[in-house]
Amino acid sequence: MAHKRQIDRLPIPPKGAKVHNVTCHYCIVGCGYKAYTWDRNKQGTATDNALGIDLSEQQGADGTWLKPSNYNIVKQDGKDVHLAIYADQDCVVNSGLASVRGARMAENRPSEVTGTQQQRLTDPLVWKYGTWVPTSWDDAQDLVAQVTARAIKEGSEDDLVVSMFDHGGSAGGYENTWGTGKLYFQSMNIKHCRIHNRPAYNSEVHSSRDMGVDELNYGYKDYQVTDTIVMWGANPLECQTNVFLNHMKPGMQNGAKFILVDPRRTVTLNAAEDIAGTENTLHLAINEGTDMALANAIMTIIVDNGWTDDAYVANNTFQDGIAVEQDAAHPAALGSLDEAMKSIRMSAEQAAEICGVSADDIRKAASWIAEPMGGARAKCIIGYEKGVIWGNDNYRTVGSLVNIGLATGNIGQEGGGVCRMGGHQEGYFRPPEPFVGRPPTYIDQLLINGGGKVHHIWACDHYKTTLNITEFKKAYKKRADMVKDAIDAAAGGSREDMINAIVDAVNAGGLFVVDVDVIHTKIGQNAHVILPAVEANEMNLTSMNGERRLRLSEKYMDGPGVAMPDCLIAAGMAQNMERVLRAMGDDAYADKFMGYDWETEEDAFMDGYNSGNPEVTYDRLRAMGNNGVQEPVVGHENGQLIGTERLYADGKFTRHGRDDMKALFCASGWRGWQAEGKADEQAAHRFWVNNGRANIFWQNLFLDQANDFVMDRYPYPFVEMNPDDMADLGVGAGDLVELYNGNGATQAMAYPTPTAKRNQVFMVFAHPNGAQGNIINPGVNELVLPDYKHCWADIRKISDAPASVKGISMKSKEYTA
Amino acid sequence: MSKRCERLVDAGRRQFLRGGAVAAAGAAVVTVAPGEAQAAPASAQLDYPSNKLSNVADLAVNEPVDIEYPDADSPGVLLKLGTAVEGGVGPDGDIVAYSVLCPHQGWFLNYNGDDKTFNCPGHYSRYDAEAGGQQIWGHATQNLPQFTLRVADNGDIFAEGCSDLIFGRPSNVL
Ligand code: SF4
Ligand code: FES
Repeated sequence: MAHKRQIDRLPIPPKGAKVHNVTCHYCIVGCGYKAYTWDRNKQGTATDNALGIDLSEQQGADGTWLKPSNYNIVKQDGKDVHLAIYADQDCVVNSGLASVRGARMAENRPSEVTGTQQQRLTDPLVWKYGTWVPTSWDDAQDLVAQVTARAIKEGSEDDLVVSMFDHGGSAGGYENTWGTGKLYFQSMNIKHCRIHNRPAYNSEVHSSRDMGVDELNYGYKDYQVTDTIVMWGANPLECQTNVFLNHMKPGMQNGAKFILVDPRRTVTLNAAEDIAGTENTLHLAINEGTDMALANAIMTIIVDNGWTDDAYVANNTFQDGIAVEQDAAHPAALGSLDEAMKSIRMSAEQAAEICGVSADDIRKAASWIAEPMGGARAKCIIGYEKGVIWGNDNYRTVGSLVNIGLATGNIGQEGGGVCRMGGHQEGYFRPPEPFVGRPPTYIDQLLINGGGKVHHIWACDHYKTTLNITEFKKAYKKRADMVKDAIDAAAGGSREDMINAIVDAVNAGGLFVVDVDVIHTKIGQNAHVILPAVEANEMNLTSMNGERRLRLSEKYMDGPGVAMPDCLIAAGMAQNMERVLRAMGDDAYADKFMGYDWETEEDAFMDGYNSGNPEVTYDRLRAMGNNGVQEPVVGHENGQLIGTERLYADGKFTRHGRDDMKALFCASGWRGWQAEGKADEQAAHRFWVNNGRANIFWQNLFLDQANDFVMDRYPYPFVEMNPDDMADLGVGAGDLVELYNGNGATQAMAYPTPTAKRNQVFMVFAHPNGAQGNIINPGVNELVLPDYKHCWADIRKISDAPASVKGISMKSKEYTA
Repeated sequence: MSKRCERLVDAGRRQFLRGGAVAAAGAAVVTVAPGEAQAAPASAQLDYPSNKLSNVADLAVNEPVDIEYPDADSPGVLLKLGTAVEGGVGPDGDIVAYSVLCPHQGWFLNYNGDDKTFNCPGHYSRYDAEAGGQQIWGHATQNLPQFTLRVADNGDIFAEGCSDLIFGRPSNVL
């Protein structure tokens, strides 16, 4: 039976309640919200309240309404206060719309009064006496510094392995990427690092950047004036909800056509059909991994029909053959359009054969994308995301999409853009890291093979969100347990004995693990020191969204216990390193850890982001409110920061850093499966296990796993299956199934989905009760980008639907009029 | 009426359930003044009215009946599903009632009798009439408010409570 809140009234914010600007800290869209806080013993009335509306009347559709999920009682400056969060009608990003993620911000806050999110870490924990024990920051940070310094001094900085988020929103943001970046890339030169969602330190869109094109080059309002919206390996209604609802939908209502490139029929397509009509909607349900062939055929049609924007190509793109040769750092050559076409060229018929869609549909797509109308350039936006980024041959495939935008003059122009849709918001400000190398080290393999002695983890859970998890966990646990055992054996000795025991264990192949996070994670089970961090709004946090819109999301509550912003935890780590290194007599090295005397996150912001963007301060961002300013910020006039609505409006492409500022085309020749082991796995197993996100979950459910509304709906990860496949396997709706292959196994509950193709299933990717990454092979591309999407397995029934699954709906997710 | 029109306030509330192709959006226009402020001490829980909605004998399977509960500004539906469900009342355990203001942003839901779901033309959310109003897919952060029903000996059906906060109000009883 569905979860019932049994809430039938809520407090009303009184006049005089504090109002805080909030940018939703979940997805890339960064919707604006207003958070009201007020003393616990006060309340407004229906007619006299902070909202200035008469709440004794039923509000109409789209009217102001406090959802129970966006209400809580939290601590502010040590006192309990009411918290009520409303979507901001005046924010141009969302115009008052809230999504199933953002509208749960308040109830996903820790509250001692209402009991929500009691899983949040409140104190540093250290493994001692055979378990995790809470302790002081000083004790925990000293242990981290002692062991880290010893490992580095006796070995090298390459013995310190770091997994660190690089995103905005959530607990990321410019403050925190700077804190960690300064520590690991300036005070140290850490080569062995990786990012939260992939096994190396690299870009998800290297080719776009190498071509001169930043991946976030448009403004969301471009969707409202474009002729054609192409969503390529993207599912925006679920994953970038309010970009779809508040920008693409009006765009379609203004006449834009909609193309979806996705092997799977999604709710995005269903909604687009409802808005634009099926006659203006095209679904290219290609075979998995064949995106580049389709893009190349479309490009060929565009060139052969003369639908290119010749003046744009002549003025803004490189003209003289090859500009960048293919080499170990560049999986394709880059250069002029003519040069690139030599390897791109592919007929619609050839592509139809590879992609499993009709040549006519490919021609139709090319025409919708590029055929000039009334002599004018066809305006087209191509948005791509994980279907491409975590897909086959990332470098060339991303390049093949950017090629189309450049050839048709659609990048930097109104109603145009070739952009990634994004996951988290962005908030990257770090020193350069040339020592990481390109290609970078494959960190998961390094750890599996016994590399590294100390592992610092910043808000990453490799037990849920990496590839080849089965193998990774096995090796990782064994190495971390060696250190746990050493700590247990040293109990009763001095601090020095303890450090010696740990150092001996890591020298013998063990791994000392420090985990900084907001909760005790799955990988945290193998940590020795766990440090509690805060999230956005428990600190002030700056990030930019998918159209580079920078906002300050304001602190409105205390973090749980003694949890701290990551930037200040990093600063504490640096200060402890300095102290320990000095005590070890290495003043020169200790000096490198100076310069962290930050009291607040604002200090970290000024030390980092502001040093590169001197116009931008907290005060000025606060004045810009929820609409903020689109980066890059180019000035400050009349109390307003001046931003940039769209990149490359002047035709000067800069992302690659070339002096000529000319964009490059990518010689994106099709070469079939590119990552190791994919072709063999495809041949060996019945089901393609497509995988990705669902709107109700935020990322790996680190908060949602303690959210009753979410866990009631999906107590297990779902795997969408065609009912005929289920019948074949004797699987009923909601039954638990095991997905298995040579890489490992995982579990999910079967969700009957008539629109699913036979022998293709879709599993939600990072549920705590079944990680899809368990069965993904270790294959990566030349630049160590994982190909998560391509995984094949067999499926067998484990059991009938468990009790928690019995009452839940198994109906189609597609809206019917 | 095009189904792509939006923000059609006060569009034929009486027709919304059966007019499947009609996107009747917008909430009921308020015509009733709120009740006078009560001077009595507040109770710990809300006092819901007990309103007669219908009689068991008057319901046909899968034919939703428009209701208003707890007051005229809160549209809902009374539904005999034809198969017993958890929380269902009546001799067959199959009678349920829900608010039909979408708990996302308050648009009117349409009822699809084919698969017994409520569907929102606002932003495509869906709710399962047979699973306690559970959101099948969508943007709401709660399931459909379900009305607590009581069946009297003579078959009269009364609504006497509600499981969740109804869209557009700070209190279910205004
Ligand atoms: S669409 Fe994204 S940013 Fe907006 S409310 Fe939802 S999760 Fe937050
Ligand atoms: S109002 Fe129903 S989905 Fe938005």
